Amino acid sequence: MTIREVAEALGLPRGASDPAEDREVSGVYVGDLLSDVMAHSRQGQIWITIQVHLNIVAVAVLKEHAAILLVNGRTPAEDTLRKAAEEHVPVMRSDLTAYDICCRLHALGVGGDS
Amino acid sequence: MSPRRIIREALRRELDMLAVTDHNSAENTGAVIRAAEGSTIRVIPGLEVCSMEEVHILALFETVPPALRLQQEVYDGIPSMNNPEVFGMQVIANEFDEVEGFQERLLIGATEMSVDEVVRRIHELDGVAIASHVDRQSYGILGQLGFIPDTVRFDALEVSASASEGEVHRLMRQYDGYAFVRNSDAHALDQVGAQTTSVFLEQPTVRELARAFRRENGRKVAAPAGREGGS
Repeated sequence: MTIREVAEALGLPRGASDPAEDREVSGVYVGDLLSDVMAHSRQGQIWITIQVHLNIVAVAVLKEHAAILLVNGRTPAEDTLRKAAEEHVPVMRSDLTAYDICCRLHALGVGGDS
Repeated sequence: MSPRRIIREALRRELDMLAVTDHNSAENTGAVIRAAEGSTIRVIPGLEVCSMEEVHILALFETVPPALRLQQEVYDGIPSMNNPEVFGMQVIANEFDEVEGFQERLLIGATEMSVDEVVRRIHELDGVAIASHVDRQSYGILGQLGFIPDTVRFDALEVSASASEGEVHRLMRQYDGYAFVRNSDAHALDQVGAQTTSVFLEQPTVRELARAFRRENGRKVAAPAGREGGS
């Protein structure tokens, strides 16, 4: 599935449409310690986090994540959104917890290693 | 740890300066400063702010009012109240080691200010901002945010007393250009002064400390010392 398909299937709000939303999703990683995410996440994954600091964009670019998904209703900082648009990193949002959104992703067939 | 005992222990350890930096609170700084009056010890008021990203940042000030001002801004962003049965009492002491009151906000929590905002506010209040225990996985900026953002300008980085020598040297190489300090982070009386940093200053003030971090006119931080004041 692509990021666009995932966002539409789950009804996730996101920023302005970007070609990066056509990226294929290879799996999911959940983490709020950016040092851990840098060490263990993989290319093509949706990264689920509650961190909204500007640094998340740099981590997503570095690790070539398909998208960032902010949970628990977290609102990204202005500079984070601006940087994400510049770097073509889709940022999706959800009011659900990381666990609940993972369950829905799993139901769609998106898994940790898929 | 009560104010008079902290000063007694600091004198025994022959400290010249010590900073009081409770978690998200500067409420006890005045009492320790007053307890040190008439002694040779300079007590620096401050607090350790836990930012929204759960990054710990040491804020040091020349006087108590700006510390209390930052504390108020931090308190305004902490939603939870303390449950003393779970987290213990949050005592406010005076210089006679007497209990003056209790802080009811849950100080263990994080404030709503981002790292960038905390550091900016510290500088606006003429304080010094030090990234706490950067070697640690939890609550240090490198653990929480992966790296130090370009937008944030710390005055110095702190490595914890428990970091290995190899780790300290690796960090100092990686963050060449930053001043490094190493503190006891004392949470109990016998830890006061167990880890120190030597600095060359004209006088024991926060302004001088900031100048030492910038290596101005011969002021400097000596390489962070080993435990118990060894090298």
